[in-house]
Amino acid sequence: MAMEMNHIFLWLIRKTLRSAVLLVAVCAVSFFLIKQSPVDPVQAYIGADMMRVSPEQRAQIERYWGLDQPGAVQFGSWLSAAVRGDLGTSMMYRQPVADVIGERFRNSLALMAAAWVLSGLLGFGLGVLAAWKQGTWADRLIRWYCYALASTPAFWIGLVLLMVFAVWLGWFPVGLGIPAGALAEEVTIADRLHHLILPALTLSIVGVAGVALHTRQKLMDVMESDYVLFAKARGERGFTLLRRHGLRNIALPAITLQFASFSELFGGAVLAEQVFSYPGLGQAAVEAGTRGDVPLLLGIVLFSAIFVFAGNLIADLLYQVVDPRIREGAAG
Amino acid sequence: MNQRLRLLVLALAAAMFLLAVWIGGALVSEERYATQLALRNLAPSLQHWFGTDWLGRDMFARTLKGLSVSVGVGIIAAAASSLIAVVLGLAAAVLGRWADRFVTWLIDLFMSVPHLVSLILISFTLGGGLPGVVAGIALTHWPSLARIIRAEVLALRSAEYVQISRRLGKSRMWIAGKHMLPHLRPQLIVGALLLFPHAVLHEAAITFIGLGLSPHEPAIGIILSESMRYLSTGMWWLAFFPGLCLLLVVLAFDVMGRSLNQLWNPHTSQR
Repeated sequence: MAMEMNHIFLWLIRKTLRSAVLLVAVCAVSFFLIKQSPVDPVQAYIGADMMRVSPEQRAQIERYWGLDQPGAVQFGSWLSAAVRGDLGTSMMYRQPVADVIGERFRNSLALMAAAWVLSGLLGFGLGVLAAWKQGTWADRLIRWYCYALASTPAFWIGLVLLMVFAVWLGWFPVGLGIPAGALAEEVTIADRLHHLILPALTLSIVGVAGVALHTRQKLMDVMESDYVLFAKARGERGFTLLRRHGLRNIALPAITLQFASFSELFGGAVLAEQVFSYPGLGQAAVEAGTRGDVPLLLGIVLFSAIFVFAGNLIADLLYQVVDPRIREGAAG
Repeated sequence: MNQRLRLLVLALAAAMFLLAVWIGGALVSEERYATQLALRNLAPSLQHWFGTDWLGRDMFARTLKGLSVSVGVGIIAAAASSLIAVVLGLAAAVLGRWADRFVTWLIDLFMSVPHLVSLILISFTLGGGLPGVVAGIALTHWPSLARIIRAEVLALRSAEYVQISRRLGKSRMWIAGKHMLPHLRPQLIVGALLLFPHAVLHEAAITFIGLGLSPHEPAIGIILSESMRYLSTGMWWLAFFPGLCLLLVVLAFDVMGRSLNQLWNPHTSQR
């Protein structure tokens, strides 16, 4: 057991190092891309008052920000500050980027976590049902539903939900994270939940397809295996057979897939937050892009990459810890 | 009707539908969706199938035009993305270990940031508009296809006829061109077709959030983001039909790709 722990630990270190190198590369590429942008950072910062800034003042601002330095030097100073946790100051919010991201991510986290759990459970259930009833109309319906979903614009689902449940039925608010005009201390958890349901539902409807199709395929493979045939020969039937031999084998791949889908989850959140004006990280990313808030945009790119890495790392780790075959394969 | 024939008919029907949308969109003249203030905010009817908007523009004509714009952007971007995937996938498998390591690393790099975030970044770099969208989608969608091609070429490389060809003194480029590309062609076509749905959906998404095509274009993303302001007044047709049509177009491409894949894939083609 000590050997195994040691092995996983070493693997974790190697993985983290590789991820760190990739992260630095992501930052370097993003930095380079942003430097090429036609958006002038000084103008984006000052806005409409640009007419009143003299060339000398402009040069002063550029010197203060280090814009007169070569790109590599700028990146170096940004990176060394970022390693210390200082991502600069957001131009839109006039707050440290790390604070903005932290606050926005708390909102997004509630949304993404709810959608993640919901879509995982729903997708798994549908996948199991489709494989169990393979070839019947239920299977066909679920498969078509999944294929159609994969072709559906996520934000359009948000719009449809918004029209049906917020505009027609009036069950849910049309947008925002909290009631408009309410004081911060008056907002209750019930309020927040009320504003969370529609965006979370949008996000989970979109997320179902991948898990469901994957689970269906896996379960079908398992049901055709020799040990299921043997179990059937012993007289096992119905749900007992499914629970003992099917579900145990397909639960882990489904969970792993769900962790590995953080990238799509984040992308979906950007759109869902945009439709429902939900004050999360995705909305901040869109604002940073449209209004040229360079420090915030860089910070969000970095953060989203870390988020995706974390998901992939958990997925890999789950396999390492839980699945003995992979562990032995790696050690041998 | 056997399975092969059914798949073929399905693929052809999808192709016809897409062609009709594309040609229809190209034939719609601008006056069909010109501003007509007398016909504002009309619900769907026989004259205006998809209703009219707050400027009296016919939504059916706008949607058709928007779809053909989207299909065009999607095809260009998916084709460019497939090209990148082929070049890098071939390079990884043919040019030796270091090239392979580098390409694998590059794939990891591009997969490490959510597509939409990298799209925002690239669009920001290129100042939005059509070039930004096409470049953004082309640069972000190649990794999955490149992975498939790399794996395929790696398997091909150890095939006997390729080994013999190498012993006969053929160059690496010759082998890549004469032995590998023909083998990869069906997979490439299917891969590109299946890239298309992602490309179009991301085009619509990035346009929807305001970093894609310019607001003057009748793109689906623009139509849907404009409709947001009118939804609370109950004008559901502004968002419902354009989105549904986009879904159908994307689904048609998906059906085409999957049918062809089943037809060409030796494991499933005889079922």
